[in-house]
Amino acid sequence: MQQDAPKAVDDAALNARFEARIEAGETIEPKDWMPERYRTQLIRMMSQHAHSEIVGMLPEGNWITRAPSLKRKMSLIAKVQDEAGHGLYIYCGTETLGVDRAELVDQLLTGKAKYSSIFNYPTLSWADMGVIGWFVDGAAIVNQTVLAKASYGPYARAMIRICKEENFHKKQGYEIMATLANGTPAQKAMAQDAVNRWWWPSLMMLGPSDANSPNTAELIKWRVKRKTNDELRQRFIDLTVPQAQAVDLTLPDPDLKYNEETGHWEHGPIDWDEFWAVVKGNGPCNRERLQARRDAHEKGAWVREAAAAYAAKHQPASASNAA
Amino acid sequence: MSNDDLFEYLLRLGDDRLVLGHRLSEWCGHGPILEEDIALANIALDLIGQATLYLHFAGEVEGKGRNEDALAYFREEVEFRNLKMVELPIGDFAFTIVRQLLFDAFSFLQMQELQKSANSELAGIASKGYKEVRYHLRHSSEWLQRLGDGTEESHDRAQKAVDDLWRYTREMFAADEVEERLHAAGIAPDLRMLEPQWRTMVADVMQRSTLSIPSDVPPLEQDERGRHTEYLGHMLSEMQIVARSHPGAEW
Repeated sequence: MQQDAPKAVDDAALNARFEARIEAGETIEPKDWMPERYRTQLIRMMSQHAHSEIVGMLPEGNWITRAPSLKRKMSLIAKVQDEAGHGLYIYCGTETLGVDRAELVDQLLTGKAKYSSIFNYPTLSWADMGVIGWFVDGAAIVNQTVLAKASYGPYARAMIRICKEENFHKKQGYEIMATLANGTPAQKAMAQDAVNRWWWPSLMMLGPSDANSPNTAELIKWRVKRKTNDELRQRFIDLTVPQAQAVDLTLPDPDLKYNEETGHWEHGPIDWDEFWAVVKGNGPCNRERLQARRDAHEKGAWVREAAAAYAAKHQPASASNAA
Repeated sequence: MSNDDLFEYLLRLGDDRLVLGHRLSEWCGHGPILEEDIALANIALDLIGQATLYLHFAGEVEGKGRNEDALAYFREEVEFRNLKMVELPIGDFAFTIVRQLLFDAFSFLQMQELQKSANSELAGIASKGYKEVRYHLRHSSEWLQRLGDGTEESHDRAQKAVDDLWRYTREMFAADEVEERLHAAGIAPDLRMLEPQWRTMVADVMQRSTLSIPSDVPPLEQDERGRHTEYLGHMLSEMQIVARSHPGAEW
């Protein structure tokens, strides 16, 4: 790493060079010098993203055993498996910033780290598997397409790869919804109910409005974020409204209207009290989600210990990697 | 050999894989380590994919217009033809891995032989499955060695799983008239020939895992296909609930 001799002078010079590189649109790589604050902000964002993938396996995993056809069952397993893969990939990306996965997982399990608030809502019908793909993956794509141009190389590259899979998930989710919307009256009602329950939480998922997003300015300056939360939300709404119209499902916002001048769909007020309550731990499933992760971690402890012990016996050189 | 025999046999092949794949998918999101969430989901996907092919073919052979979903979602538990071993709850990770090994070794030998089946469609499905099951077998063998030869706790858990599961293994080789007629017609392998090969394969992995095969476990009575434990009905009631709540619906 960097020397710490005449530190203040060096830091000022390094900092200036770093800012210049960001300004020039260069990509920052793990071995490059970076301000400590940049590093910690990235660890926060990337680990939060990885945790969201992992916790996000639970609401959809809830329907794997009840998927109504073999084809749907397989595509749902594959989707949840992809989320595990994304989590793993982003944890690895985060490790390039000098923090290990065990520490990050510990932050999740102790409640120190956050994950996306959307996963604290329950999945109550099969249609939720469609609407999550359509809305939640749809919103994630809007966010991640922009993050794919982030200044930190490993994160940007992870986003490019992940976006490809998320696009597939979104198409699959929308196709589930289209099938239900064109199905029996009971299926159509199931689809509409899922839309009603997931629309507002999905809008909230893109983060607090710009006025209440303390990290945004700094992250935009460093080109970690490239658009504000409100800009992303607007893009998501503009993309989703015509999709809902195409399958004859109604978005539950009486104030939703098209503004001819701006070319954007305007939405009604978002209940930010609900958002903050869920973020603070009072969503419908916060406790259950964290408990499920803790249970898996604790019940798996003896397996991880066994793998480490076996590796130590048989491959002494790489023993420390197995835990 | 009649179509009834082939239909029955395809249900056995399909149901073993459907039920075991369903059980494995219950781990998704709850595995001991993220890499295993991915690996177990992968194996579950392969098994359900294989089941889909066998059940689809079964529906064609039966000729009554039932497809793979009709067979998976609209049969009662007594109509399922899977081994009892695959329907048992997932237990702990050691139980899951031991069951996988016992089944993977069986499936490996079964697929290897079925590739040569006189029924070319069956041979084709088996040949695709054979490639997958080679990976499954490697996965369960490697994990069993880690567990058996890991810590004292993991060894004890693995040994207990072997002891608990061993009595279910005879059913795999309980050749009835259906299997015998299909073997005579060159369609299905001779189970009596597979059994010693299976024993050798399993014994080898057990030995490398420092685990022992119990010698004094009497096999279960009534170990013919179509007999079940009480667990299958509960599994199916969950698996079939949405499909059965909306009969005739497309998904």
